[in-house]
Amino acid sequence: MIEGPSNLASTLKETPSQTAGPYVHIGLTPTVADVAMRVADALDVLNGAGERMNLEGVVYDGAGAPVTDALLEMYQLDADGAPLWGRAAADFETGLFRFQTVRPADPFVSLLIFARGVNIHLHTRAYLQTDALEADPVLSQMSEDRRSTLIAQPVDANRFRFDIHLQGPKETIFFDV
Amino acid sequence: MSDRPFIPRDRDWHPPSLHPPYRSTVKRAPAARPLAIAPGRAELSGPVFAAETLHPLDHDLIANYAAALGVEAKPIGERLIVHGRVLDENARPIPDCLIEIWQANAGGRYRHVNDSYLAPLDPAFGGCGRCITDGQGRYAFRTIKPGPYPWPNGDNEWRPAHIHLSIFGHALSQRLVTQLYFEGDPLIALCPIVNAIPDQAAVDQLVARLDMAKQAPFDALAYRFDIVLRGRRQTYFENKREGG
Ligand SMILES: [Fe+3]
Repeated sequence: MIEGPSNLASTLKETPSQTAGPYVHIGLTPTVADVAMRVADALDVLNGAGERMNLEGVVYDGAGAPVTDALLEMYQLDADGAPLWGRAAADFETGLFRFQTVRPADPFVSLLIFARGVNIHLHTRAYLQTDALEADPVLSQMSEDRRSTLIAQPVDANRFRFDIHLQGPKETIFFDV
Repeated sequence: MSDRPFIPRDRDWHPPSLHPPYRSTVKRAPAARPLAIAPGRAELSGPVFAAETLHPLDHDLIANYAAALGVEAKPIGERLIVHGRVLDENARPIPDCLIEIWQANAGGRYRHVNDSYLAPLDPAFGGCGRCITDGQGRYAFRTIKPGPYPWPNGDNEWRPAHIHLSIFGHALSQRLVTQLYFEGDPLIALCPIVNAIPDQAAVDQLVARLDMAKQAPFDALAYRFDIVLRGRRQTYFENKREGG
């Protein structure tokens, strides 16, 4: 099946993950790394149909320190079912990340987290408080305590706060999807 | 569980979240194993990137930074072609995958505001590139060989020469970020990030192989690196049409 000097064995296994490391910005958000070479980070598609919304937060480590080298990706469908996707680098000083997007068609947006010390990226969901939460097949399996780690808190009308805790009593639930 | 269309991730093949010799994992590894759930409808798809959105030099790290800044010089270092295919676990090539790479220069220095390693920046080298796989899942980059570099991990450690890769398949479940190493590098076996991977066969899968047949004569050596993303379960594939 595979000819030549391939790195693959005959039985195909998924390529193992490795950490994105602290310099992930060079590759994924070059302007944040101060690599002035593209008009990118222009791959982001965040202009969708629907009500504008800001989603912001901080990733915290087990000592409660902000993960200032984290890079997050957000994915959702807009009100018309069109995919929206974007990246946000945590602020190098405060760790704050922010997505300027629209209200999702589902009760949640999906978030992927990459960072130094994270050997395989983390997948979670930020749920926005709506009437649909009781019926959600994932949330409805969980205790009130556990599900609270997945619910973004309204700051004002169109602004939500979603902090992510990598460890500790408030450890965010991460998914294998 | 036909509501989980992708072959489950083998967490014993990937590095575990916690690997204390790699010190940064100690405060950043979640204690809980990831919770297996059926994907939502959004998670069955993923962002789509069109080849037309890329610049013609995006895959060429030898030229892309210098061209963008109007620098005459060429980057210092061993000129390389890094190429391969993206397949799924069912051995089907995956077309239209976005691959983004980033790396240090030949001296082991990153062009990043937070890298202060004493090796100099290369005025002709940026260190990032991207491309999209063709109809047969093939990709190719031109670059220079990155240098090893020291990093603080308790004591001083050295990273083997490596290129970071980010790959998108067609669904969020296939997302992968990893690193490529070079055949024959004695630093691979000493690296705590590599050694977080429990199985030597999995480590070998991250080692690009010298590919003399694909060299550019009097120009660049070639290394081949094939990438495997998660595949759909066969039963799911047989029972349901794609997206059905
Ligand atoms: Fe690196």
